[in-house]
Amino acid sequence: MDNMTLIAIASIVTAGLTIALGSIGPALGEGRAVATALSSLAQQPDAATTITRTLFVGLAMIESIAIYCFVVSMILLFANPFWNHVIAQIAGK
Amino acid sequence: MRLSPDQMIFWQHGLLKLNGTIVFTWGLMIVLALGSKLITRKLSTELQRSRWQNLLEIVVTGIEKQIKDVGLREPKKYIGFLGTLFLFVALASLCTIIPGYEPPTGSLSTTAALALCVLAAVPFFGIAEEGLGGYLKSYVEPTVIMLPFNIISELSRTLALAVRLFGNMMSGTMILAILLTITPFIFPIAMSALGLLTGMVQAYIFSILAAVYIAAATRGRHSGSEATPESRA
Repeated sequence: MDNMTLIAIASIVTAGLTIALGSIGPALGEGRAVATALSSLAQQPDAATTITRTLFVGLAMIESIAIYCFVVSMILLFANPFWNHVIAQIAGK
Repeated sequence: MRLSPDQMIFWQHGLLKLNGTIVFTWGLMIVLALGSKLITRKLSTELQRSRWQNLLEIVVTGIEKQIKDVGLREPKKYIGFLGTLFLFVALASLCTIIPGYEPPTGSLSTTAALALCVLAAVPFFGIAEEGLGGYLKSYVEPTVIMLPFNIISELSRTLALAVRLFGNMMSGTMILAILLTITPFIFPIAMSALGLLTGMVQAYIFSILAAVYIAAATRGRHSGSEATPESRA
């Protein structure tokens, strides 16, 4: 296998692994956060606005980890610097 | 596949490029500025008022209430900055219902610029409120050992703000583009409705986080009992 194939294989597999493994943690975290927020909403409906606001901000925090993984995998797939480097080298020959 | 509106080039002359991000950003700015200028040209304090004035009043009082809820006691001082952030990001994602439009917030340069504005605004408001010494003291707040970590958190949350907004907006357009090739008719509509919702939530979160950071910087002196919901994601 030449370098190009190796880079392509590594990028594609890593992109898949990144988003697959990286979404497990945030999914568990968001589930716990929403479950706790729901039970506290049921206990104290008066505090709904505060709970909802804090929940949204917290969810965004947790979700941003998944978003980082998504951005990394998108970069690996569509704007891969190593791939571009190899292409540039081949074109330069 | 196009990753961001940066690669959408309308006009090019040498090094000068006019890409989609610039065009759509200026379009939004013109819409926002001209719209509010036109509406506020004839304001009335009577019971009879135009429906546009009602809309603007709802928006402004709503933003003001949210800023106050975060803990900034005088929202009038901050609404110019925070309200602009919210309105720009919200309008950028609301306009995705217009065909041919791509949200400028789907480009990392726009979101990085917005996040840098927040990075600069936090010391600005902090020094205006607490004085230079009071603001710098907030860096060594629990102990001096925390100084490097406070600086790191300042930088990392700026990065987080930029990448979060970029990732959410980019993923929205990306998912739409992928779905259009797989199930072209009904399903992309549902996903674009979901994209509108996430766009509004992201606009809300971006401005609320900026408000939280400013609140954390401006009330170091009397933070005693209230725990600041400061986050380090």
